[in-house]
Amino acid sequence: MSIPFSQEKLNRINELKSRYPAGKSKSALLPVLHLAQQVNGGWLDVAVMDYVAQLMELKPIEVYEVATFYSMYNLKPVGKYVFEVCHTGPCMVKGSDEIINYIKQKLNIGVNETTADGLFTLKTVECLGACGYAPMMQLGKIYREHLTKERVDEIIEECRNNSAINN
Amino acid sequence: MKKLLLDKVNVPGIKTFEVYRREGGYRSVEKALTMSPDAIVEEVKKSGLRGRGGAGFPTGLKWSFLAKPEGVPRYLVVNADESEPGTFKDRYLMEFLPHLLIEGIICSSFALGSNVSYIYIRGEYDWVSDILDTAIGEARQHGFLGKNILGSGFDCEIYTHRGAGAYICGEETALLESLEGKRGLPRIKPPFPAIKGAWGCPTVVNNVETICAVVPIMNDGGEAYSKIGIGKSTGTKLISACGNINKPGVYEIDMTVSVEDFIYSDEYCGGIANGKRLKACIPGGSSVPILPANLLLKTAKGEKRLMNYESLSDGGFITGSMMGSGGFEVLDEDQCIVRHTLTLARFYHHESCGQCSPCREGTGWLDKILTTIENGKGQMKDIDLLWDVQKNIEGNTICPLGDAAAWPVAAAIRHFRDEFEWHITNREECLVRNFGLAHYADELKIAATT
Ligand SMILES: Cc1cc2nc3c(=O)[nH]c(=O)nc-3n(C[C@H](O)[C@H](O)[C@H](O)COP(=O)(O)O)c2cc1C
Ligand code: SF4
Ligand code: FES
Repeated sequence: MSIPFSQEKLNRINELKSRYPAGKSKSALLPVLHLAQQVNGGWLDVAVMDYVAQLMELKPIEVYEVATFYSMYNLKPVGKYVFEVCHTGPCMVKGSDEIINYIKQKLNIGVNETTADGLFTLKTVECLGACGYAPMMQLGKIYREHLTKERVDEIIEECRNNSAINN
Repeated sequence: MKKLLLDKVNVPGIKTFEVYRREGGYRSVEKALTMSPDAIVEEVKKSGLRGRGGAGFPTGLKWSFLAKPEGVPRYLVVNADESEPGTFKDRYLMEFLPHLLIEGIICSSFALGSNVSYIYIRGEYDWVSDILDTAIGEARQHGFLGKNILGSGFDCEIYTHRGAGAYICGEETALLESLEGKRGLPRIKPPFPAIKGAWGCPTVVNNVETICAVVPIMNDGGEAYSKIGIGKSTGTKLISACGNINKPGVYEIDMTVSVEDFIYSDEYCGGIANGKRLKACIPGGSSVPILPANLLLKTAKGEKRLMNYESLSDGGFITGSMMGSGGFEVLDEDQCIVRHTLTLARFYHHESCGQCSPCREGTGWLDKILTTIENGKGQMKDIDLLWDVQKNIEGNTICPLGDAAAWPVAAAIRHFRDEFEWHITNREECLVRNFGLAHYADELKIAATT
């Protein structure tokens, strides 16, 4: 199959593999899958997993096993911006349910759904280690903490603006 | 109180090698390299330091179990998976004091004879792993990492390894599986990681805070460290406080502070938010038993309860709890115990790796029955069923996640049974409002007898 990864990414993969003892490069699978997901528009389809298997000299099943175990790997397409709102105890106590309901209303989607324009996906997740700054969500690489309805409005606005600039 | 870990956290630029070093950072490495590895292990033993990841196992003792077969590499793996609900102290250390962790890893690696160490960091802490990578690069540039560090003849490398979303990877053997690029399925022990760990080699797995604590132990000596605190709770402990308090955050405490002072004093939590009363608290992360206010502030013997290993567990599970990871969640009088317990049961159900049937099926049942009760469709016999299910999980699984799922449910029923009953008898009402049994905040007879 054609090579979907740039030379820069391939170099990065080699650097990741070199972090582990000789012959144990399978250890780099989790970081490599993170990278593959990023390159592949935020999710892992079978083709990209097979490609990773080939790069890592693994059987495809070894890659599927891992991809299906960890919650950060998306096995279905997601929107450009994924709102991952924490709803475990400490966040619930600080009103995460209201935030989730507000996002549902505002974007007119349910949990695990994506808006028709492909911009937003809403997910609920378990504790992200930010309980003191609750309610919170993960958006891409970073955390958005101390959420209120107004903050949510701002974040949605910000995403729409960023998307318009990047197009 | 003198802070040992967080004393420099507010110094501008402390994230950078330059400032950190100027403030006295990396002295412990220079000292360690003049000592013998065994002498360092002795200092750690003397300090009385106990693992800060949750179990509280003495660190020096753990280090002394590490097998040292000829010609086989040994590894130090730092557990930065931090996923126990209520816990966010390791993130704070790594985000704001990345060099403290690197410094601790270098000393510990030297003591253990590990030339390559890994920081297994939860996948969601993406930006934190970038901060660590930057700090590692700086330390390497200044000769503290790499080959022959500071001309000592000791080679030392540190790599970050990001997980991908799985609480179970905090369990040390699941973590090692995950480090090897596999599903995070806990291994059957023995063999313990000290004998067969990462890639079959002897390995020590320690929590981030544990490794950071090695720095003050090296600087001031094990004995000085052991004099701080009380009894077997030596040194300082980070507590991540959350819930209905005025000042959530990460606090470094001397383990002689009382729970009452920790909650109400302005130095720490600053009291219950919005002038409400204290109802209950989970003092050590979601896996430890919840305590009603009256049992939290005083032990069953009527003594002031202190924020340390012994005092928090005084009375066992009948009237006590545990220090755990230091994730301290406070609930005010308006909070619903059933709903809160449900979120925890759902968490464990979601996070069970599925290897053992009592855990895989049991966590599913706990989640399902609690959902039924919370939705106003429960029956009285469901409370006993919940009790039976949790009992059947406890002690019957490969790893302690099963127990961790069972204990919160058991404690909630033990101490708040009347609230479960209320949910069942007031079907309509429990759907429209939270139910707060505020009387738990008052001086009470000890009701816990189940
Ligand atoms: C389900 C489960 C999750 C755990 N999660 C963590 C964790 O996130 N961080 C951690 O340091 N220890 C965690 N532990 C404890 C580790 O297995 C291990 O005891 C600890 O990392 C040892 O380090 P310490 O001796 O420095 O505390 C967890 C244990 C279990 C059973
Ligand atoms: S107790 Fe649960 S999490 Fe632990 S090994 Fe068994 S099924 Fe997996
Ligand atoms: S409960 Fe939401 S971040 Fe911990």
